[in-house]
Order: sequence, then structure tokens, then C-alpha cells
Amino acid sequence: MSTSEQQLQEFRAEVSAWLQANNPPDPGFLLPQTFMEVGDERQLDFLREWQHKVWSAGYLGMAWPREYGGGGMDPAFQSVVDQEMRRHNVPICFNVIGLGWAGPLIKDIGTHEQKARYLKNILSAEDIWCQGFSEPEHGSDLGNAQTRAVRDGDEYVINGQKIWTTMGNFARYMILLARTNPEAERKYDGLSFFLSPMDVPGVDTRPIRKITGEYGFTETFFTDARIPADCLMGEEGEGWRIAMQTLQYERGAEAGAAGGLSMIRVTVDDMIQGLQGVRRDGEPVLRDPVVRDQVVRAIMEEKAMVLGARRAGVGPLTTDYPGSLPLSSKLRLSESTRRMRQLAINLQGAEGGLYVGDAQARQGGFWQRAYFNSFSATIGGGTSQVQANIVAEHILGLPK
Amino acid sequence: MTVLGNTALSFTEEQAMLLDVARDFCRDKSPLSTVREHLESGPGFDAGLWREIAELGWCGISLPESCGGSGLGVGALVPVLEAMGRAMLTTPLLSTALAGQLLLRAAGQERAESWLADIAAGSAATVAWLEGGDWGDPAIHSTVDAGGALSGQKRFVVDAGVAALILVPVMQGDEPALALLRRENLPDGALTPNVLIDQTRRSANLHLDGISVDPADIVTGPQVERALADTRLLGALLVAAEAAGSAGACLDTVVEYLKTRKQFGKLIGSYQALKHPCVDILLGLDDARSFIYHAATLVHDGPLDADAEIACRMAKAQACEVLSYAGDRAVQFHGGMGFTWECDAQLYIRRAQWSQQQFGDPQHHRKRLATLLLD
Ligand SMILES: Cc1cc2nc3c(=O)[nH]c(=O)nc-3n(C[C@H](O)[C@H](O)[C@H](O)COP(=O)(O)OP(=O)(O)OC[C@H]3O[C@@H](n4cnc5c(N)ncnc54)[C@H](O)[C@@H]3O)c2cc1C
Repeated sequence: MSTSEQQLQEFRAEVSAWLQANNPPDPGFLLPQTFMEVGDERQLDFLREWQHKVWSAGYLGMAWPREYGGGGMDPAFQSVVDQEMRRHNVPICFNVIGLGWAGPLIKDIGTHEQKARYLKNILSAEDIWCQGFSEPEHGSDLGNAQTRAVRDGDEYVINGQKIWTTMGNFARYMILLARTNPEAERKYDGLSFFLSPMDVPGVDTRPIRKITGEYGFTETFFTDARIPADCLMGEEGEGWRIAMQTLQYERGAEAGAAGGLSMIRVTVDDMIQGLQGVRRDGEPVLRDPVVRDQVVRAIMEEKAMVLGARRAGVGPLTTDYPGSLPLSSKLRLSESTRRMRQLAINLQGAEGGLYVGDAQARQGGFWQRAYFNSFSATIGGGTSQVQANIVAEHILGLPK
Repeated sequence: MTVLGNTALSFTEEQAMLLDVARDFCRDKSPLSTVREHLESGPGFDAGLWREIAELGWCGISLPESCGGSGLGVGALVPVLEAMGRAMLTTPLLSTALAGQLLLRAAGQERAESWLADIAAGSAATVAWLEGGDWGDPAIHSTVDAGGALSGQKRFVVDAGVAALILVPVMQGDEPALALLRRENLPDGALTPNVLIDQTRRSANLHLDGISVDPADIVTGPQVERALADTRLLGALLVAAEAAGSAGACLDTVVEYLKTRKQFGKLIGSYQALKHPCVDILLGLDDARSFIYHAATLVHDGPLDADAEIACRMAKAQACEVLSYAGDRAVQFHGGMGFTWECDAQLYIRRAQWSQQQFGDPQHHRKRLATLLLD
């Protein structure tokens, strides 16, 4: 399937016009920047409606098969949509575990029944998905997860506990990593991967209050919860491999994901913009020599990431430490984001001490909340320390 | 508009080839054992090797074809210097290339043709940039009078001892000018060698009093000041390229040790207190390389624009930060061995401190970047 530049250009103009016309007005409450920030029904309803609208217009799952709610088109079209969404600064497509994890996996290895049952409702936001990987005792050491799944006739019986389940209280389905074989020699080989319904008896969620004061993730308890045996993806014991396979979809529509904007990028431009009117030593804060040095560092960090992405595409400039740029990008981005948001608060002067809810908080306390939320990326999805281990071991060849 | 501005990065076939050839050449010709042989020798490099480099055409890479160069532009020097930095191979190439750029920009191709042809053929040259220790003060106090008599003092003139031509920025009346000082016009005692922290380098103070140049060898005109400023930026970029190369070699040295040395029954590379800083070095190095090749994309023969200036300054700031960090950790992570002369960490930590001070340190550049980006 090859699409001409001209087709894409025309399509871009069309999408751009649509987004312009349909970008929803400010709802008057803080909108989530990532799916991990969806904390209440108001936000949920708003984002659900938005995603549904995007899908109805034909701008989501464009490369997924038509018979399952997709558009059956070249993924290049979806990539154009995703770029335009970022440019137009529209809300996120929040059903991220469905669009970027479960969905593409089902599309790639699921049965016809599974595809028919799940894919369209992922795209339309009818069914929200969550991820049940982490456990109270096994977070970074995910391969050691102990939640049990025992085959009983044409069902599996699940017992155990998951935690930090983003949107666990809103989700209809969970991608669940559970242990089918506690005796396996390698801990990884005892794990299996399930598409597990959340509305069966024995599954209970309890919301956890986050550092920001809001809600957004849950503890998820399984007590003799019975799920159909056909919820198993692949074979028993393939759970770890399948979980790893889902990671590849992070690379976007071209890699199989449904697409859609998954997070609002906050840039150093936004930080600079937000500092207008702030004074230090009686002068505009950006005149302070120490502050200037710090802000230039932040600009350089952000610019280095953009340039790094370009350099990653230049073969001869990637031979020293092959794979280092893509493999370190999560670590680099999440840490840089965290530092920049912390700086943004530090530079606010006394106002930096205010929080969301105070009428005088700068930009409604946006940066304070954003700083706290930035830890979702330095902790979630593999902590920065674990990421550093991975880079050290895989790129530099250092011992475990 | 975004404060990130221009983010172009491209790499030509020629640059890719140069990178390849230069890496192989430097690795073969300049193992660290050879680098060490020259630490305490007079010129600090091997004259035969310098001739080979000239034959490869590296002295003229960025010079016009009409002068015997290959006309590839200054960006093509970046991969070569990165490769040299990686092998810690010091020759007068960096000084010579910069002198060529300054001549080209200040005097123009036609007027400088015979000088440039000499440079392209491998005749070493340099620029006497500094009078004091402050890269942030471009004021020139040395002078030349109408008869060509020089006065004043220059400091830290890199490769002055071997340069056949020294370009000396001087004031002629109220105007900056460039005196082209030939080696044969240098009286005994005009040069006082510096003792440098980086023993792979050579530099000297240049005493101008009593020296004269042929008035025909003084370049004047309104373009001189701009040529000086632009060439300083190119100097920052080339030192950055070299520093990035050295940082990569330094990282490899540390990683190698961490994979072989055992304590408490374990390879020390399994300790995260050592492992994670290595990742920090890798990330910093990756960023430095992105900046230098971005800058290499934006610099060209004409006057440098603001985007190119920003790129050169970012490249210098980043490359020197990471090399300083890498050199520093290299010593620490070798333990007692790291404190020895024998350990290669010393080469890198010394190179780091020297590079830091060439063409302005990271603070110097970030200060100017702030003006370019925030005002
Ligand atoms: C906002 C948010 C949303 C999340 N959403 C989900 C979700 O939807 N589904 C889900 O399954 N999980 C989710 N998580 C969980 C997340 O994946 C885990 O928190 C993460 O993997 C870390 O596990 P842990 O919390 O048990 O911390 P631990 O693993 O106990 O880590 C504690 C500290 O020890 C460090 N550490 C651990 N091991 C090592 C090591 N080998 N080397 C060096 N340092 C180490 C860590 O870096 C960390 O600093 C979410 C987390 C957050 C913060």
C-alpha cells in the first residue's frame, strides 16, 4: 500500500480543517495531559465523547481492518492525524491501554471472535481498558508477579492482587499478567496473558488517592474470580513474551497501534510563557543570570531530544552504540520533563508555593500539578533506575 | 515559534565517508601507546603522520577547490575531528583548519589564495586568539603601525611552535586587522612555551614587540571583525567535535574496566553507583553528538547566521560538559589505578580541562545562548 505525498498533503489539510472546527472548547476543569491523569467522571465523560467523535469522523484506527471498526488504510494517514492533533493541541485519546496495547495485540494474534468483540469498542471508547501488571510486592520485578490463574474446565480462576491500575474503576477489561505455573524453572515462563473482564464477580477495585490529591488508579483484588478460558492470549507460559510484544506498539500507528494523541506535550516554550510577569530581585525573572543559565539548560535538553530523533535516522551516526537513542528515549524524556517542571515551579517565586484550588495560583496551579504528575513517567512503565539498568546492560554491555 | 528554533540535521555521503576513513586511520595510526610517546616530545606529534594527514587532504577539506582544497565546507571537518578526538590524536589540524577559515573569511579567496594553497598542502598555521585569559572579552590591545611594526603580547597560541603562519589579530588605528606573521619573521625568543594541563597539546605566548610584517601582509577591512567572531564559533564547534570523540573513548575505557575488575566477588560494573553514571555519560554523549552534527549542518562558507551560532554554542557547551564529567568519573571509577600516570583516565581528564577552556567554557556559551534565545 503506497500513498503519494500529494494524497497525504491533501489529507493533512482535510484533517487540519476538521480539528480546527471540532476542537472542543475549554470545559472549565483541568483536562488530563495523559491517560494516567483521568481522575473523575467529568473528565472521563468529556474524553470519552471526544474519542468517540474522532473515531466517528474516521480519524482513529485508520489502519485497523474495516470489519472491526477500523479504516483499512495506510498507517501513514493515521500518522498524519496524530501529528495534526499535536499541532492543534486537541485533547488526548485517553483509552490508551486499548488503543496502544490490547488492541494492536488482539489485531495481531487474536481470534476472529476476539477481534469482533473488542476492537471496535476500543476505538469508539465504549470499552475502557486497563493494565493489570504491577502487584504490591512485585513492581519493577514484574517477572515475579504472583497473581494466580488456575484452569478449571472452560474457565480460569483468578486470585491475587494488582495495584496502581490506571482507570481500574472505569475499565471494562484488563490486560492481566497472571501466574499459571508456579513451578516453572524461570519465573517468566510461569506467566500467562489474559484479556480479563472487570465486571465478573470476585473482581473489586478500590481507588487510591494520588500525590496530586486526585484519584486515578486503583488497587484491584481478585477473589476466586472466574473468567472464560478463551480470555487467554497465546498459550499458557507465553505471558511474558506477549507482554514484551505489546511494548513494540509504543512506536505508534506505523507499528500497529490505533493512533490518536496519547499525551499532551508540555514544552519549555510553555514554561517561558508561563513566567511572564514573575519578578526576581525586582526585575523580570528571565533577566536573572542564574535563572537564564538554568533555562538555557532546559532548552538544550529539549532540543537535544528533537535532534537525537533526527540523528537516529542517520545510519552512519548511530553505529557507536547501536540502539542507544531509541532505548534511552523513555529515560531521557521522562527525566527531562520532570526537571523542567520542577524548574518551572522554582522560578515562580512565592507563588510557587500555591497549589491547584488557590485562586491566585499561576495558571491555576498547572505546573505544580504537572510536576507531581511527571513522576508517573519516571516511575510507571519501568522506573528511571530500571531504565538505566537496561541501557547499561544492553547498550554498554555492563554486567547485571 | 518555538525557542527550539532550527532543528535541521543532515549528513552527506562525503561526511559519512570521511567519518569512516578518519576513524580507521586514527585507530590504526594513533593507539594510546603512540599518543603517550608524544606526551613529552618537543612538537607533540609525529611529523610523518602529519604529512600523511596532509596527503589525505584533510588540511584542505573546507577550503575552495581553486586553492587546492576539496570544497566540502567546514561541516566536513566535524567527523574528522570527532575521529581524531576519539583516538586522542593531536596534530596541528584544528589550528590549521581554523587559520584557513579565518583567512578565507577575512581576506577572501582571491587575496589569500597562495596562503590557502600552502595550508591545503599541509603547511601548519594557527591564530593568536587570546591576550588575556578571558574568551568573553574580544578586545584587541596589540597593535600594528603603518610600517608593519607589531607590539603587544598574545597568550596560549596553540601550535605556535610548528606553525609556518600565525594570524595575529591586531589594531591598526581603530580598526581590527589581521597581521600574517611568517615563521621566518619570528625572532628567537618570540615564543615562550606554556606548560599545559593536556600534554597532548602545545601552545606558547607570543611576544610581538620588535617584530614586523610586510605591510602587504596586513589584512584590513570591515569584514575582519565578523570573520574573527565567526571563526571563533567554528573553533568552538571543532573543539566540541573533538571533545565528543574523546568522551566516547573515555566512556569505552571506563566500561571496559567495569567489565573486568572484580571486588567483593563481583564485577564492579554490576554496582549501580558506577553503572548509572556511565549511562549519564552515554546520554550526555549522545546529546553532544546530536548537537555537533546539527551545527555541522548549519555552518557554511558565508557569514554564520543566528541559528548556526546557537548550534555551535550548544555543541561546545554540551560536549565539554560531558567530557569533563566522563574524565572525572573515569579517574574515580579506576580506584587507586585511576590516580596513576599509567591509567588512561589521566589523558581524558586532562583533555577535558583543556578543551573546556578553548573558545569559552559551557557557562560562557550558555550566557550568550540566553541572550540569543530569551531576549
Ligand atoms: C501514575 C502511575 C500509573 C501506573 N499505572 C499502572 C497500570 O495501569 N498498570 C500497572 O500494572 N502498573 C501501573 N503502574 C505501576 C508501575 O509500573 C510501577 O509503580 C513501577 O513498575 C515500579 O514498581 P513499584 O511501584 O513496585 O516500585 P519498586 O519496584 O518497589 O521500586 C521502588 C524504588 O526502587 C527502585 N528499584 C527497584 N528495582 C531496582 C533495581 N533493580 N535497580 C535499581 N533500582 C531499583 C525503583 O527505581 C524505585 O525508585 C503505575 C505507576 C504510576 C506511578
